Amino acid sequence: MPRATPDIPNASMADIAFLLLVFFLVTTTVANDRGLAIQLPPPPEALPPDMDIKIQERNLFKIQVNSFDNVLVEGNPFFGTPSELRDMIKEFVLNNGADPNSSDTPEKAIVSYKTDRGTSHKKFIEILDAAQAAYYQIYADRADVSVKKWLELSSDLANPENKRLYDIGRGRRPDGTVEIPMNLSIAEPTKAGGK
Amino acid sequence: MSKFKKKANVKQEIPTSSMPDVVFMLLFFFMVTTQMRETNINVKQQLPEATQLKKLARKSLVAYMYIGEPKKTDEWGKEPKIQVNDVFIEPKDVIQWVNQEKAKLQEFERDQMTVSMKVDIDAKRGIIADVETELRKANARLLLYSTLQRRVDN
Repeated sequence: MPRATPDIPNASMADIAFLLLVFFLVTTTVANDRGLAIQLPPPPEALPPDMDIKIQERNLFKIQVNSFDNVLVEGNPFFGTPSELRDMIKEFVLNNGADPNSSDTPEKAIVSYKTDRGTSHKKFIEILDAAQAAYYQIYADRADVSVKKWLELSSDLANPENKRLYDIGRGRRPDGTVEIPMNLSIAEPTKAGGK
Repeated sequence: MSKFKKKANVKQEIPTSSMPDVVFMLLFFFMVTTQMRETNINVKQQLPEATQLKKLARKSLVAYMYIGEPKKTDEWGKEPKIQVNDVFIEPKDVIQWVNQEKAKLQEFERDQMTVSMKVDIDAKRGIIADVETELRKANARLLLYSTLQRRVDN
């Protein structure tokens, strides 16, 4: 008597696999963990109460956005593209005292960014992106890498080579201070346009 | 004698025996890369676009917060709300939430926690600033505005 050969029917295997495949295709979400990174200042209580910092007008680059998403740059209405704004900020930071109305040194230069409560998040991100782009381009140029590479290396400073390039880009001095710190001040929004 | 030979009979079948293998390979790819979403997002989420994106190095150190107009406007109104985990919270509850999230981490990692804010493009700056003020008080100062990559670079 011939022995019964045990075999699993495999005609439906492809169907089962397809079914599973479709399930995972539908449920999968591409994780989006990318965005604009900032560091918030310490809480107001932690600052000394009578701290009065004098900042010269020339060292401030003021960007204001109102609740209709209109932009004022240094007191003048701004209708240009984000990349134009980026170039203006770059010029301001790297002025080094050349233009008497622009910054003294990159270290003293401050980009002040103020919005209303009614400003949309979209506009806020657009301007923040331009301001960060200006600084990242400066850093990347100094470290002689592409901006993309700079963004990658600055999020992984455990790697000594990345740390080295990072310090070159920002101009870290031996005492720990930085030649070109990203002085980006995001002010508390004014009341207009919000509840 | 015909000038043209009859065409040889060519088999016109695609070999299907390797199909299960191919499909399984795709299946494994999606099984490995898939991430089950543990929370249902109850607010509108159309993220803004930006160019200077940074990637978060360690996902375990990230706490997510969603801000936007509620999807069920008849129940929750049209004003943008803050969602964490599965509930809506008010800005004053943010400190408590941060402490809960920090308690999940190892002690030495707590000051490296990043808050990833997924904010809808139509949300206003006001509510976000309120949250930021609370985050400063809670000493969770690393912040990431989650955005998409803008395709055309000007």
